[in-house]
Amino acid sequence: MKILVCITNVPDTTAKITFTDNDTKLNKAGVQFIIGPYDDYALARAVELKEQLGGSVTVLHVGEAEADPQIRKALAIGADDAIRINADPVDSYFTAAQIAHIASENKYDLILMGRESIDFNSGVVHGLVGEMLGIPSYSPVMKLEISGTTATLAREIDGGKETLTAELPLVLGCQEPISEWKIPNMRGIMTARTKPLVVVEPVSVEEMTIPEQYSLPAPKGACRMIPASEAETLIKLLRTEAKVI
Amino acid sequence: MSVLIFVELDNGSVKKTSLEAVAYGAEVAKLTGTTATVLALGAAETSALEQTGNFGATKVLHVSDEKLSHENSLAYADVLAQAVQQENSKVIIISKSGLGDAVAARASAKLKAGIVSGVTELPVIDNGFSVKRSIYTGKAFSTVEVKSDIKILVVKKNAIEALEGTGIAKIESFTPTLRDSDFLASVGQIEKASSELSLTEADIIVSGGRGMKGPDNWQPLLDFAHALGAATGCSKPVSDLDWRPHHEHIGQTGIKVAPNLYIACGISGAIQHLAGVNGSKYIVVINKDPEAPFFKAADYGIVGDIFDVLPKLTKAVQDLK
Ligand SMILES: Cc1cc2nc3c(=O)[nH]c(=O)nc-3n(C[C@H](O)[C@H](O)[C@H](O)COP(=O)(O)OP(=O)(O)OC[C@H]3O[C@@H](n4cnc5c(N)ncnc54)[C@H](O)[C@@H]3O)c2cc1C
Repeated sequence: MKILVCITNVPDTTAKITFTDNDTKLNKAGVQFIIGPYDDYALARAVELKEQLGGSVTVLHVGEAEADPQIRKALAIGADDAIRINADPVDSYFTAAQIAHIASENKYDLILMGRESIDFNSGVVHGLVGEMLGIPSYSPVMKLEISGTTATLAREIDGGKETLTAELPLVLGCQEPISEWKIPNMRGIMTARTKPLVVVEPVSVEEMTIPEQYSLPAPKGACRMIPASEAETLIKLLRTEAKVI
Repeated sequence: MSVLIFVELDNGSVKKTSLEAVAYGAEVAKLTGTTATVLALGAAETSALEQTGNFGATKVLHVSDEKLSHENSLAYADVLAQAVQQENSKVIIISKSGLGDAVAARASAKLKAGIVSGVTELPVIDNGFSVKRSIYTGKAFSTVEVKSDIKILVVKKNAIEALEGTGIAKIESFTPTLRDSDFLASVGQIEKASSELSLTEADIIVSGGRGMKGPDNWQPLLDFAHALGAATGCSKPVSDLDWRPHHEHIGQTGIKVAPNLYIACGISGAIQHLAGVNGSKYIVVINKDPEAPFFKAADYGIVGDIFDVLPKLTKAVQDLK
């Protein structure tokens, strides 16, 4: 079982987002970066599958050297080796093309990633990679079992879930409760230092979209407080003022 | 050259979020001097397809093949690409959902089309083609220029106000080539809470947090939701603890919702929860702690005990009728 796990390097979920350079760049000062929480689930499940079935887990990140600590963390959690494609990805299409290029050279049985990155929230990289490789993609996957060359998975559909059986190779976008986040132990952290992290240059990809400018939402107005003893006033206001009921 | 809108069907009718996408597509068609064509896949009521005319579509391409009645992003993307070729469409509109993103992604790779997902406004096309999208789970926006010849916009709920008018959409049957390789996966069990309102479609959501104190205390919240005709949601710890089903989990790592009204009961308002609800038009917070961070994101607030407040609210809603 050869598994590729694609991870993003994103601001922590609690980070305050601001921009610099005339609103053309994220202000990284004071922002802590993490492995994308959905990618973290994908990684955890990949490590479990390797423990159960043997094989290898490779982590892949498309991005610059600032992500290396997060890549090392993924190695500490249990991946065997890592590839970093040295580029500042401009959009999902670019990222997917890089992943597809590596995957086409290495024949993975399973390509796992999070259902979406928490910076751009597009949720399209798994579908793009699947189509570029000509193999099926499914997302969001909440349960994954492998037996031989067959995957049984549960994926979320609107208002519920369904079980699917499909043949490998597959590209899957993962979310909880596929597994639980793993915290690296001391031994993992020690061995991660010497595991291979290969840096490769990107392949060229045609230009699809270009981010021009960032902006922040307008600040929220003050909250109108209603005393609990007059709770029914809320319902009146929702009808007459907000007009939403 | 028409703008092509991919719609999702639910039991033969067009989903509300997809009708919004139709209205959005019709506006883009006006901007670009063309018409709006809908693509609908699987079994559908004729009246439901015709309804898209009221939102500005002039034509519906309908593939009635039963094989497409089951959600299948691989086949849908394949059919979409064929429809784009037939119509010579340059702009494709899809409403944002797990399925919408999956179809957009696979169609993008087939058509070499740039995707912008999470679009919140109409595009600006005087000088190129740029469009605004939501990023960092609602904490910011990005304006993106789309360079590719064919463009795919995955549109968020409430990107425009979709008003139902009157209009005629001509229904044409469309017979694309379906590839066997798109139908290899076998579908097992489907667990769908069909009687419940879907969270992504609901206009009103009543949501509960750890303040509900246990799985057996939800009746007052369910009663309130029922009185309002609302869907119900919950915070992450609530679904982690199995007090409520996982598909109700709202937030950064759960479903992102954008109702007209979101009512949070006993939810503290952690940033990861807010990330899933910041697209709501109005937020109401009921919490016994006046310092709960959720009040900062709210439009209306009540400091009080949910078990005391909820029955009063339910009664007030019933009295309206
Ligand atoms: C990476 C990451 C991702 C996450 N993703 C999500 C996510 O997607 N969604 C999510 O919800 N959380 C998420 N979380 C968890 C989040 O940080 C919070 O822990 C969680 O939202 C808290 O849930 P809660 O508000 O229900 O519980 P609590 O924080 O425990 O709040 C309970 C609230 O109920 C109030 N209360 C108690 N009793 C009563 C009463 N009788 N009447 C009125 N009010 C009462 C209390 O004052 C309190 O404010 C994530 C965390 C991390 C680290």
